[in-house]
Amino acid sequence: MTTSPLRLRGALVGGVAASLLLAGCGGGFSGGSTGSNTAASTQTGPVKLTVMIGSSGDAETNAVKAAASAWAAKTGNTVDVVAASDLTQQLGQGFAGGTPPDVFYTGADVVGDYAKAGYLYAYGKDVASAGFLPALEKAFTYKGTLQCAPKDYSTLALVINTDMWTAAGLTDADIPKDWAGLETVAAKLTKNGVTGLVFSGEHDRVGVFLKQAGGWLVNADGTQVTADTDANAAGLAEVKKLLASGNVKFAKAVDAGWGGEAIGKGKTAMTIEGNWISGAMTKDYPTIKYKVVELPAGPAGKGTLAFTNCWGIAAKSKNQAAAVDLVKAFISTDQQMAFAKAFGVMPSTTEANAKYKAEYPANAAFAAGGDYGQGPVNFPGWGPVKTAYNNDIANLANVDPKSVLGTLQKNATAAMSGS
Amino acid sequence: MSASAIKRAPGRGGIHGREAVAGWLFTAPLIVILGVFLFIPIVMALYVSLTNWNGNGSPFAGGDNAQFVGLRNYTSLFTDEGLTRQTFMQSLNNNFWYVLLVVPIQTATSFLLALVVNNRFLKGRSFFRTAFYFPSVTSSIAISVVFLVLFANSGVVNSLLKLVGIDGPQWFNDARGIFHLGGGEAPAWATGQILGRSLWEWTAGPSVAMCVIVILAVWTTTGTFMLMFLAAMQDLPVEVDEAAALDGVSPWQKLRHVTIPMLRPTFFLVITLGLIGTWQVFDQIYVMGKGQPGGTTLTPAFLSYQQSFTNLKYGSGAAMAFVVFVIIILLTWFQRWLMSEERTERSRLRRAQRAAAPGGAA
Repeated sequence: MTTSPLRLRGALVGGVAASLLLAGCGGGFSGGSTGSNTAASTQTGPVKLTVMIGSSGDAETNAVKAAASAWAAKTGNTVDVVAASDLTQQLGQGFAGGTPPDVFYTGADVVGDYAKAGYLYAYGKDVASAGFLPALEKAFTYKGTLQCAPKDYSTLALVINTDMWTAAGLTDADIPKDWAGLETVAAKLTKNGVTGLVFSGEHDRVGVFLKQAGGWLVNADGTQVTADTDANAAGLAEVKKLLASGNVKFAKAVDAGWGGEAIGKGKTAMTIEGNWISGAMTKDYPTIKYKVVELPAGPAGKGTLAFTNCWGIAAKSKNQAAAVDLVKAFISTDQQMAFAKAFGVMPSTTEANAKYKAEYPANAAFAAGGDYGQGPVNFPGWGPVKTAYNNDIANLANVDPKSVLGTLQKNATAAMSGS
Repeated sequence: MSASAIKRAPGRGGIHGREAVAGWLFTAPLIVILGVFLFIPIVMALYVSLTNWNGNGSPFAGGDNAQFVGLRNYTSLFTDEGLTRQTFMQSLNNNFWYVLLVVPIQTATSFLLALVVNNRFLKGRSFFRTAFYFPSVTSSIAISVVFLVLFANSGVVNSLLKLVGIDGPQWFNDARGIFHLGGGEAPAWATGQILGRSLWEWTAGPSVAMCVIVILAVWTTTGTFMLMFLAAMQDLPVEVDEAAALDGVSPWQKLRHVTIPMLRPTFFLVITLGLIGTWQVFDQIYVMGKGQPGGTTLTPAFLSYQQSFTNLKYGSGAAMAFVVFVIIILLTWFQRWLMSEERTERSRLRRAQRAAAPGGAA
């Protein structure tokens, strides 16, 4: 309200060019008057919040809309839920223009970048009492501060086409418990143009083997790069061995965009995917019968990856208090269970997670991963490093795992030190 | 206008006195529009490329979010050993091969197609003109998706190749450069590093995946350039054609010595537009894998976007864009020099003199 006379005067003084500029950029370049005010501010009375989500589909969008309007009706505020078509890019415009959405999905792999750039209002202390799963809390902690409330999570598990499984003469007793078992069943399931196991050739799938071998790319508190260890090399070597056997392929090699498509189109009998696969199977491939089991353990025991988003609140939001209140409504046990029912994610709090395990036994393998799943690497600057690492993984069949990890160590260390 | 303004003594009105004012007045709307939507944004982007703006708030507000860093973004692209330079150099390398393939092929193809559809004795000319132009008016995104299907591992192209006994590559999954398809290790001469990439990598050629994008680009842009050639051809004076016919030239001689020289301005236009367009390729890259496989389809234009919006290094991203800007300017300038009338005229004279000299080839 208070800025409009100022802006009007500025436009008059600045002449035609300046006013066109202001109009064109939605006030984004009108100087630091709105930009520099990043302190938490609270408006009184009913407010209008904008929530921007990167939705997996109508089910998710509608569920978030329903939850938001329930909160709006209770508190007398209004909430506008926007499903972004390209969340990263649309958020980027919002931040640059000084008018970001109040609440938005923030992936664990970008939280470091966002926090470092000052995009986020770190309200972690206000919601920590909800009791989040420790791995999730760690995923959104930057420099010791919880940046935002974990929204939900997903983990990776082994998805098996049961018809192919029984056709190959396999029973429940054959479900692989270790790498050797995985190699055996993959060999048995490979026939008639079907590949035994197919998964995406990228860090977010291959990482489970690193974890199972007892390694990981960074140390426990994420302050040091530990990529070039023997454990990681053993994990990658196992993937390379599987690929060399011909019974295991990356999704692109069988013309599939991801593991769900490969198993849905009958190109593979097994895949490594997260709980979002259930929605895709129901919607796109309803005839495929499948079940989900925990991933086999490696030499260092069980290991999987956990993926998670949080409800980020913009540092520039004028309604931070209301936004925190909205997020509290989103992460309540009942609401998280409703989300789980609507689009298959798993609740982020200990209490709701226990309830989920009891209510969805078919997804027990995914939920079990919550206890030992590894959250994403989240230091700022990780993005391009990961892209380069993914390129190497896609080419893993032709390269030496140790040299891949050596390059990764070098690049990641440089990125972490902020060069 | 400026010349007359200089000549005119101050204070002396005269009949042309107010022409300058009127001129400025008439051009003012365009100057304002170009200024606001073209010039000022470019200057703003140039300023951003001199900051370390992280995308938080206005880049002109200063402070921690947008410190002025001088030329550091530029120098680090070329001198700082690390991932950014490596990726940027790879993208320049990719784009270089892309331009080298696309520009000559699309210019030659569109010229040939124009020759064909300009033929007065061709039946169904308008059908062919429309058919050849069709890819150019279709959305590049839609065409990219069609190509994704055509070149899938078990797609139409590989099925056709299989009919003739060739096991087609995994087009979009094949990061090998086409000069390295035979495999093998880098020879000793190729292990040296230039700007963070070994000579072996620099000379690998476009990857198999990039070749698909080359085919796509040629296929989509040829129609537009064909139209330009066609328009120019129809503008050629008929008398010259007739004079050439009277002199009894063969069709090939007519093409080589009459048509092509007269179309020089069109060739200049087509090649210039081709150079600019190919150095800025973005949408096909965005749809067809975002640099995958192995970063071999990354282009500076796409990398600049990624560096800005995904990696939140807007300054560095803007610097990349300006490096490409300079490359385009230099190439266009070089090409202008190469195709300039004077230069070619001089070399033709030299050739003629040599031919006339005793002992020269008759």
